[in-house]
Amino acid sequence: MKRQDLSSISKESKSLFPYLFAFFFGIAFIDSWRRAGIAPLFFFEAQGREHLWKFVRGMFPPELSSQFLSLMLQPALETIQISVMGTLIAVLIGFPLGILATRTFSVSGILNDAEIKGAPARFAARYSIYFCARAVLSLFRSIPEFVWAFMFVRAVGLGPFPGVLAIGVAYGGMLGKVYSEIFEGANERPLEALQSTGANKMQTFCYGWLPQVLPNFVSYTLYRWECAVRASAILGLVGAGGLGQQIEISMRMFNFQEVLTLLAILFMMVAAVDFISAKVRAML
Amino acid sequence: MSTGSLQPGGAHIPWPAPESRVGPRAATHVALAGLVALFAWSYYGSNIRLSDLFSYEGGLQIAAYIAKLFPPDLSPAVLQEAMKGTVETFAISFMGTLMAVAIALCVVFFSSRNLIYSGLLYEMEAKEQWRHTLRVLPYLIAKSLLNILRTIPEMVWALIFVFLVGLGPFPGVLALGVHTGGVLGKLFGEVLEDIDPQPVEALQSTGASRLQILFYGIVPQVLPQFISYTLYRWEVNIRVAAVLGFVGAGGLGQRIYIAISLFLENQLLTFIIAIYILVTIVDYLSAYLRRRAI
Repeated sequence: MKRQDLSSISKESKSLFPYLFAFFFGIAFIDSWRRAGIAPLFFFEAQGREHLWKFVRGMFPPELSSQFLSLMLQPALETIQISVMGTLIAVLIGFPLGILATRTFSVSGILNDAEIKGAPARFAARYSIYFCARAVLSLFRSIPEFVWAFMFVRAVGLGPFPGVLAIGVAYGGMLGKVYSEIFEGANERPLEALQSTGANKMQTFCYGWLPQVLPNFVSYTLYRWECAVRASAILGLVGAGGLGQQIEISMRMFNFQEVLTLLAILFMMVAAVDFISAKVRAML
Repeated sequence: MSTGSLQPGGAHIPWPAPESRVGPRAATHVALAGLVALFAWSYYGSNIRLSDLFSYEGGLQIAAYIAKLFPPDLSPAVLQEAMKGTVETFAISFMGTLMAVAIALCVVFFSSRNLIYSGLLYEMEAKEQWRHTLRVLPYLIAKSLLNILRTIPEMVWALIFVFLVGLGPFPGVLALGVHTGGVLGKLFGEVLEDIDPQPVEALQSTGASRLQILFYGIVPQVLPQFISYTLYRWEVNIRVAAVLGFVGAGGLGQRIYIAISLFLENQLLTFIIAIYILVTIVDYLSAYLRRRAI
């Protein structure tokens, strides 16, 4: 017995994997290097040095005139508003879809075992709902929020609204997936206990399931909100409001002093949001 | 109640929680009211026009746009372009992630408190102020460098690098590398500050030098998590690399930008499908590598 174990171990250590990995890694590295046009010494050459110097020197001193700052207050607040509204829409999309995309809720598990036993048609109907919910979530989150934003800018025009929709849809997909994972990780025993008292599905859900997962939900949603603030700050690059639009304008006008100020504002905003979110999470 | 168990993937939450029997407190009401106020303020500020979406005309417009996307343009020229964009996106994310790992590994050993100035390794050292300062200084510099790299979003880095080096995939690589370098530096740092001190202590008691402790006591402990985080960031980066082209940094994003700008909806769908395939492949690849490596 022991001999066999040893031999299987030594066989595994002789597997081809490391060689194959090294081979493919090497090919990917060489090809990517060529395709991406890597120029490692660019910033040591005359042109690169000149550009870098122009940029760094151009940033100082940062633009701190009260006129500019008061002008930037509105986009900064708009960024927060976009992130809050976007996250709210994401929850509204992600929560119902996430529930439907939970296998233990829609298809199998304690809640459904009795119902689907010997009823293939019902099983098929349930399974197709589950599958559709998963497919929609996967579609929502695999298209990057930037592409969503650009498409919504085309559909509803410039301004913060397309940004809200883009974050809502893309983050709805991510939240839905994570919600369903949290749901599936829930302890089944309380559900069983409730069911055996004769509670219906809705009651089991509200009293057995929700209280278990709520802290995790809130915590993850807050984390996504932090991400949404970062995202909404840059969605403006494609015309969806917020600070990003200002950053792009200043960058295109080679106004690096303004860029530095805007980056500092962004830095402070993100830090503040992280702080608030951490405080709320600690209170949970 | 402040518990660490609320993080996703954390310890299991006891159920039912003992405080769940207590009714809602005044603070809860205040927090809820604040939340509602925040939503109202955001609603008006972000100029939401739900009627645009849910009215009859709005629905028609959206349906018309979706109908225009189909069928995807599968002519050889577009497919070739999509292929080229996909491979370029892969290349950007791959090189960017490698650059990020290089940056993170260079900085992270200075930005971990237990490796640079405090804890087990430095307990026995004579308390000399200048020596302590000399160690804390690189720590602070490394930490703030990582913070700056991390807080500036990839897209803004891409804008900056497009100005510095010109259009093309190279600024995309730099943007990803610099931003992700900051993120990985922070994540790696957390792993390093969280190591089990016992192997380090054991090695130290045999008289191993600090460099030997690093290589035989610390690196083997943290390597699996380093690999795991790197793969995770690669999955994120492939998604970012797909849109970096919006600001002129190559890859599929550039093609998508052109397709949307010129109202070539059929091509747009082809490129979106290409993103979907690429992202799925990379996710599988990353999951496979994670299984094999850890």
